[in-house]
Amino acid sequence: MQSDLVLRVIGKILIPFILLFAVYVQFHGDFGPGGGFQAGVIFATGIIFYALIFGLHKARTVIPDNVVEAMLAGGVLLYAGFGIAGFLLGGNYLDYFVLSKDPIHGQHRGIFWVELGVAITVCGVMLKIYYMFASRGNSEEQH
Amino acid sequence: MSLSAHLPVLQVVLPLVSAPIAVLFRHGGFAAGIVTGGAWAAFATAIGLWLHVAEFGTISYHMGNWAPPWGIEYRVDRLTSFVLLLVSGTAAVVLPWSRASIDREIPEELHYLYYAMFGLCLAGLLGITVTGDAFNIFVFLEISSLATYVLIAMGRNRRALAAAYRYLIMGSIGATFIVIGIGFLYLMTGTLNLADMAVRLRAVENSRPVLVALAFLTVGISLKLALFPLHQWLPNAYTYAPSAVTAFLAATATKVSVYVLIRFYYSVFGESLVFEQLPLPQFMLALSLLAMFAASFIAIFQDNLKRLFAYSSVGQIGYITLGLSFGSLTGLTGSIVHLLNHGVAKAAIFLLIGGLVLGMTKPGTVTAEPSFDRLAGLSKRMPYTSFGIVIAGLSLIGVPGTAGFISKWHLILAALEQDQFWLVAAIVVSSLLAVAYVWRFVEVAYFTPPPEDSTSVQEAPLSLLVPAWLLVTATIWFGFDTTFSVGSASDAAQQLLKAAQ
Repeated sequence: MQSDLVLRVIGKILIPFILLFAVYVQFHGDFGPGGGFQAGVIFATGIIFYALIFGLHKARTVIPDNVVEAMLAGGVLLYAGFGIAGFLLGGNYLDYFVLSKDPIHGQHRGIFWVELGVAITVCGVMLKIYYMFASRGNSEEQH
Repeated sequence: MSLSAHLPVLQVVLPLVSAPIAVLFRHGGFAAGIVTGGAWAAFATAIGLWLHVAEFGTISYHMGNWAPPWGIEYRVDRLTSFVLLLVSGTAAVVLPWSRASIDREIPEELHYLYYAMFGLCLAGLLGITVTGDAFNIFVFLEISSLATYVLIAMGRNRRALAAAYRYLIMGSIGATFIVIGIGFLYLMTGTLNLADMAVRLRAVENSRPVLVALAFLTVGISLKLALFPLHQWLPNAYTYAPSAVTAFLAATATKVSVYVLIRFYYSVFGESLVFEQLPLPQFMLALSLLAMFAASFIAIFQDNLKRLFAYSSVGQIGYITLGLSFGSLTGLTGSIVHLLNHGVAKAAIFLLIGGLVLGMTKPGTVTAEPSFDRLAGLSKRMPYTSFGIVIAGLSLIGVPGTAGFISKWHLILAALEQDQFWLVAAIVVSSLLAVAYVWRFVEVAYFTPPPEDSTSVQEAPLSLLVPAWLLVTATIWFGFDTTFSVGSASDAAQQLLKAAQ
C-alpha cells in the first residue's frame, strides 16, 4: 500500500495522534474509562497501522522482534514486581496501601505502575501476534 | 511481617516470575536455571506450608490487604498443602530431568520458551490449588491450560499439533462449563469467595440455578480430569507431547482437577447436597467402573508404550473418582492418597519411557516411537530403565509393597464399610487388567531376544536415571511408610468432612 499517496500522508499525520491518544487513555484510566489494556491495544494499533501502510519490515525496524518479546515479559515483571514491593514494604502481596505514607496516594501509585505493566504487555502481545501472522508465508510482502 | 507469612503467595509468585525472566534473557541454559530454581523454591515453599498447616491449621492470606469476601483470599488447608507438595515436587524432579531430554526433542531456539511455558503451567496449577476464590480458580486454570497446549504442541511428532488442538477444543469447552457454573453460583450468592459462597448457598440450596451450577461444574471439571467418556483428549496429548511434559502433566494436571472437584463438592456445595439428595454418587460410581475396566482394557491393546500408559492413566483416574463416589471418610482418604501414589508412579514411568526413547534415537534424527516391536530384549541393553518401569508398573497393579497397594487397600476398605462386596471384586478384577498391560512390557523387554542390529541402543545417562529412580524409590517408600501419604490424606479428608457438616 506504499504507493497510495493519500494513505501515506493521512497515515503519517494520524499515527502520532493515535500514539498520543493511547497515552491519554493510559493516564486517564485513573479518573474515567480507560486503563492499561485499552491503552496497550491503541498503541499497538498505531504501530500496526504503520506496518500496513509502509510494510512489515519498516515496522520491525521501529520496534524489533526482541523488543516486542522484552515488552511481553517486562510488563508482567513490572506488575509482579510491584506486588512483591508490597510485601517488602511490610504489607501483603499487591498491597498498595504501603507504597506511600498516605494510603490513598499509595493506591494511586500502585495502580499507576501496575496499569503501565498491563499496557506494556498487552501492546507487546498485540504486536507479537500481528508480526507472526503478517510474516507467515509471503516474503514478497517485505516491500 | 516476616517472609514466612507470605508463603501462600510466594508459592505462586516464584514460578510465575521465573517465566517472564526466562523470556527476557532468551537463553536456553539460563532459562533452565531460573525456572528450575523457581520450581525448587516452590517445592521448598510447599514443604514450609505443609509443616505450618500441620501445626497451626488453615492459613488465610489476603491479597492486597483487602479482607475477604471482598478481596481475593488464598486459603491453605490440609488438602491444599498436600496437593501443593505433589505438584511442586513433581516439577522439581521433572525440570532437571528435562534438560537432557529437550536437547533432542525441541529445537534449540525454542528452549527458553519451553521453560517459560513450564514455569507458567506450574504457576497456574499451584494457583488453582492455593486460591480460595472461584473466579481466580478459572483464571489460573486458563493460565495452566494455555501453557499446557503449547507444551504439548512442542512435541517433535507432527501429530503433537493435532493432539494439542484437540486438547485445546476439549479443554476450552471444559473451562467454559466451569465458568458458567461459577457464574450461576455468583448469581445466586453474590460472592466469589468459596468459604463465603458455602455459607450463602445454604439458603438457596435446592433452587434450580444451584443445581444447574453443580451440573456445569461437574461436567466441566470432569472434562479436565479426563473422567472416562470425557477422556478423548488425553491419550494423544500424552503420547505426542515431549517426554518431560507428559511426565509432569500425568502427575499433576488431572490431579489438580480432581482437587478442584473435591473442593467444590465438599467445601462449597456440601456433602448433603451432592451425596445425599442427588443421584450423583451412583453416576460417578458407574463412570468410575467404566473407566477402570474399559480404559484398562483398551490399554492392553496399544502398540505404543506411551499410549498404553496414557490409557492406564484414564483407568487409574477411575479409582480416584470411585473413592469420591463412596462419600465416606475412608473412600475420600483413598482418593486423596491415590492422587499422590498414582502421580508419583506415573511420573516415574513416563520419565523412564522418555529415557528409553532417547536411548533408541540416534542424535539428530526425529525421536523414535516406543512401539513394542522396538522394545524386544530391552532389559539387556537398558536394565535400570526396564526394571524401573516394572516396579512402577507393579504400583499401578497394586502389588503389596508398592504405593498403589495402599490406595487400593483404602478403596477396598471403603467398599467393605458399605457392604459392597461386588465392588471389592470389581477392584481386584480391574487390577488384573493392569497386570495384563504391564505384563506385555515385561514379556517383550525380558523374554524376547533382542534384534541383531540393536547394538547402538544404550542405557540412559545418569542425569535421566537419577530423577526417574528417585520417583521409583518414592513409589516403594510410600508402599511401606504411609505416615506422610495416608496420614496427610486422612487428615485432609477429616477436615473436609467436618467443614461440610
